Amino acid sequence: MEFGPHLMLALIEGAVLSAVLALMAAGLSLVFGVMRVVNVAHGEFYMLGAVIAWFVAAGTGGGPAPAFVAALVIAPLAVGTLAALADGLILKRIAYDPERTIVATIGLLYILQQATLMTFGPEARPVAPPFNMRIALPWLARGDEGWGLVWPWGLSVTTYKLFVIAAAAVVLVLVRRGLTHTRAGLLMRATQIDRETAQAFGIPVGRVYALTFGLGAGLAALAGVLIVPVQQAHYLMGGDALLLSIIVVIIGGLGSLAGTIAAAVLIGMSEGIISVFFSPTLAKIVATLLVAFVLVFRPQGLFGQRPR
Amino acid sequence: MTAATPLLSTRGLTRRFGGLTAVDGVDFDLVPGEVRALIGPNGAGKTTFVSMLIGRIAPTSGTIALGGRDITRLPAHARVARGMAYTFQVTSVFQRLTVAENVALALRRSERHERAVQAQAAAVLARVGLEAQGGATAGALSYGHQRLLEVAMGLAQSPRVLILDEPTQGLSDGEIAAFNALVRSLVPETTVLLIEHNMAVVMALATRITVLNAGAVLAEGAPEAIRADARVQAAYLGTD
Amino acid sequence: MSERGRVILLHGGLLAVLLALNWVLPDYHRGNLARIMVLAVYAMGYNLLFGYTGLLSLGHALFFAAGMYGLALPMQHLGLSVAPAFLAALAAGAAAGLGVGLLALRTTGVAFMIVTLMFAQAGYLTILLAGAWTRGDEGFTIPQAARRIAGIDLTQPAARYAAAWALFAVALAALLWIVRHRTGRVLVAIRENEDRARLLGYDTHGFKLLATVLSATYSAAGGAAFALLFGYAGASFATVQYSILPLLWVLLGGAGTVIGPFVGTLFMFYLIDWAADVTPAYMLLAGLALILLTLFLPLGIMGLVRRRLGWLP
Repeated sequence: MEFGPHLMLALIEGAVLSAVLALMAAGLSLVFGVMRVVNVAHGEFYMLGAVIAWFVAAGTGGGPAPAFVAALVIAPLAVGTLAALADGLILKRIAYDPERTIVATIGLLYILQQATLMTFGPEARPVAPPFNMRIALPWLARGDEGWGLVWPWGLSVTTYKLFVIAAAAVVLVLVRRGLTHTRAGLLMRATQIDRETAQAFGIPVGRVYALTFGLGAGLAALAGVLIVPVQQAHYLMGGDALLLSIIVVIIGGLGSLAGTIAAAVLIGMSEGIISVFFSPTLAKIVATLLVAFVLVFRPQGLFGQRPR
Repeated sequence: MTAATPLLSTRGLTRRFGGLTAVDGVDFDLVPGEVRALIGPNGAGKTTFVSMLIGRIAPTSGTIALGGRDITRLPAHARVARGMAYTFQVTSVFQRLTVAENVALALRRSERHERAVQAQAAAVLARVGLEAQGGATAGALSYGHQRLLEVAMGLAQSPRVLILDEPTQGLSDGEIAAFNALVRSLVPETTVLLIEHNMAVVMALATRITVLNAGAVLAEGAPEAIRADARVQAAYLGTD
Repeated sequence: MSERGRVILLHGGLLAVLLALNWVLPDYHRGNLARIMVLAVYAMGYNLLFGYTGLLSLGHALFFAAGMYGLALPMQHLGLSVAPAFLAALAAGAAAGLGVGLLALRTTGVAFMIVTLMFAQAGYLTILLAGAWTRGDEGFTIPQAARRIAGIDLTQPAARYAAAWALFAVALAALLWIVRHRTGRVLVAIRENEDRARLLGYDTHGFKLLATVLSATYSAAGGAAFALLFGYAGASFATVQYSILPLLWVLLGGAGTVIGPFVGTLFMFYLIDWAADVTPAYMLLAGLALILLTLFLPLGIMGLVRRRLGWLP
């Protein structure tokens, strides 16, 4: 395949990654914005979404489509509930102290990861997508009669991947509307802006926190369910996902959903391109160093406002 | 009046926060051996001014000199090493360490021998009347005693200039009297700059008063003259 | 007995007991304890920055690996002997500490944790990328013949244990000296109230940088000793897990105490050793321990002991 179509393929793969990344990063950003804590176990919520999807698919008959729909509902709910429990049992008890929260969520990371190893096993397991038609994509090329469309072999996208991109977009729009148009969203935004004042106004901050933490985890799990027909479910898949989400949240700037999405597109696309054309290890090195230097020299990220 | 070289002086010291000018072109001279009180209504810029002196805030423009040498660019810890000491407006001691350790830390910057440090710490504590509290945890002290500990930490540094930011706030009358006696015993070896709202303390201690209003010096002079000054009364003191 | 006397008795006594165990322990436990002492040096380095200065780093594996590869690579590819290779490893650790410190200390709190994590990740990935020399995840062994110092074969269990003990003893003594004198006191002051420390005339940034470099050097010494005494260097020692472990050991043993790191390393090593026999998911225990510690035992074991014995450094 020539360079042009190859690049386009990389961009499509990048778009799928960006979509899933945007969901995960939105969840992480929400938790940090409202609760001021970094949840290091966020990647494990994503992994659990994928693993639970596998269990649901293995447990329900009736073909991949109904199993997938069931997983789409069950996994985020289950993981969100688990997260809300963790918030109440652990995070609330340590009063969301930033240092102790990081230590506790590291502990949670290992518990979730290793428990999955014990039950799910160390192998990667696939989940069938609900639908998977292959669509060949055209490419503009110069032929004997001038410019025309050709269909290079290998340049295609599947309906499922398009669905992932669309689904992520829809969910993010829903989340944004939920934050701006519902009472719960209002409470969350109020708590994010000024916690003490929110409490003084009688807002049940404890319950807002549990809801936020659960919602953030649910978004990550949803991302896991969406990606699992494309990649496979594996107990270690949370690590890379966490790293990329942190990169997106930091570069996109906090408190900015638009910034998060923009950064997710940027990171997802460049990851895709660099991985295809250069070594994936090099891509990761660049990404991690980029996060470090952004934090050191421009902590508000590329799109966020300077912290007050 | 003999002209003494100012120990601490500013020229045109200004600090702006966005559109707000908190300190506006202040020229200030602190003469060795005096007790200077800095008074003025809330929001006059006293704490901002003093924060710039000690180096916690950078000025927007203007210069600061200590002992004739320009310290405008010098970081706070270097100014302290040159002989300035500062007690915080909101008490800021090492809550979880002992009282003796708090003072020892103030001493260790210049004194290297641990036994000397311990001995001098005990002496300083005795000077402020806290000798019985050496082993207590600083956070367990009463508010008044924590204020005294702050002063002790300032004294321990044997500074040329001691800046006290509202030191008597929250103290009882007896504690204030002891504090006044302590400050009087410090001069002339130490020069004292005192931000105070308690006019009784100001009148009892100050050799000169500087009145700050809306970021600028409104008046400056001997205590009686300031008390009688009509502009100062209008802005701050009120008429008797 | 004076406080100084008690301190010397406690720590000297511990060292004496550990030395004597070289003649008492069966080979399996003697090898374990040698490992524990070397890892405890890593933990002590971590504790200097975390327990005493109050800076939580999530990227110390970078320094451990700097020491490990700083010793192993010159020995393997340049034919360096043990002593100069060990010095090279210490220099590598100090340099890494200086570099990371100059950048990361411009941030605080959570940002500091993430920045250190990122630098360590970049280090791990670079080790993978440089696989031609480092053999990546697989790692490489250092031949037995090279692991001799002053004619002593360090692969023999008794000599290996003695070497581990010697490093541990020096590290412990040095740490004790640091924390009981001016530098250690200032670090604690910075941890307790940095603003106040600065306004007592201390260059707090300079002290934090010093603490970072010392911490990194200690960690590198641990890494170098590990490669030397156990004959292996591999990328797995540069992963996030190896940044989390010293945090766990220090939290358990008692942050801000001198022998706390050793106690924590000893305990967790045997706990994980036992768990690894039972299940491949032994890090579950580590996760559980972290949560329980931060919920119920934030002082750690020696921290609790210090409540009763106030003189414990």
